[in-house]
Amino acid sequence: MDMTLVLYVGAAGLILIGIGGIVLSRHLVRIIFSIALLESGANLLLLISSYRDGTAAPIMLAQGFPASMADPVPQALVLTAIVIGVGILALALVLALRVQAAYGTLDIRQMRERMEQDIAEEAGIPMLTSSQAPLPVSPDNGDKS
Amino acid sequence: MRRFTAALFLIGLAVLIAGIYQQMSFYGASVNLGQAINSMAPNQVGSANLVTSVVLAYRGLDTLVELSILFTAATAAGMLLHRRKPATKTDPDGGFVLRAGSDLFFPLLVVVGIYIILHGHLTPGGGFQGGVILACAFFVPLLARPGQQLDQRWISLLEGLAGAAFILIGLLAMIDGAAFLTPLLGKGELGSLFSAGSLPVLYTAVGLKVGAELAGLLAHLSAQDALD
Repeated sequence: MDMTLVLYVGAAGLILIGIGGIVLSRHLVRIIFSIALLESGANLLLLISSYRDGTAAPIMLAQGFPASMADPVPQALVLTAIVIGVGILALALVLALRVQAAYGTLDIRQMRERMEQDIAEEAGIPMLTSSQAPLPVSPDNGDKS
Repeated sequence: MRRFTAALFLIGLAVLIAGIYQQMSFYGASVNLGQAINSMAPNQVGSANLVTSVVLAYRGLDTLVELSILFTAATAAGMLLHRRKPATKTDPDGGFVLRAGSDLFFPLLVVVGIYIILHGHLTPGGGFQGGVILACAFFVPLLARPGQQLDQRWISLLEGLAGAAFILIGLLAMIDGAAFLTPLLGKGELGSLFSAGSLPVLYTAVGLKVGAELAGLLAHLSAQDALD
């Protein structure tokens, strides 16, 4: 099997797993790690876009020049992207720590509920609920109908 | 239902990406920038590692902005984290094996980090990679002895000096009327340690800055109250 194709499939797989993790998971740290996976997939895609069959790494060796070398520009770009990714990852994890301290949970659904409660309390209005949400069952008319 | 919708979305996205792959011709390079740099850089910059010549010479300004982004992220993280009160509990002690191992690793990691920084213009590696290894060298002992602290003042001082040195070298090039961050000091012999002009100096500044930043950030994170 073609090696480049394997790399392309790997990059696409990493991107898909990352997006899937962002969409599907409810835990904040899992979402952050999904972003990291997505990032590495994008980096891999950029990197293999500079690679062609038979090209060497863009480094001049003492014993002579390689016949053809890979494009150094995407590699430099990926270096930048990795460093910025580390910064984003660190900042996101620190923010998650603060959220955990403030709301006591990292589950985004519970977090949203508590945030809405806080907003409603601060504003002095009743909690907004969906018009299709089931009405709260009171004990006196629960089973009569 | 939600999972089904998400799965449907992902399948659609996969089809879309596959379609883009088929349409795009990654192989037939329409831009010959990379080949031009490959042929010109050894004579213009004199660094054996052409990626370094792109990072520090052709795109030096981008690297400066990248450093400032990393600095912003590290500063913001430091501002968000609170200091631990001295009385609160720490993580349990690392034990003898971890302590002895961290002591053994410390000089090794420092030497490897400095080696990788100084050879960034010759071999794969450079300031960012070596800086991370330097940060690890100072962070591993903290993991083994959770009560200890790095002195944040020294870290900030080192970080600031390294960043200032990077900008200063860039400004020095402007005295002669050249552009900001033009490599100075002559090219030297291709492939020797003292070559590529001011690029190794720039990479040393980058390495120290990245190392100090990451070590400070990790030390901040490890100084949080221990979770139950």
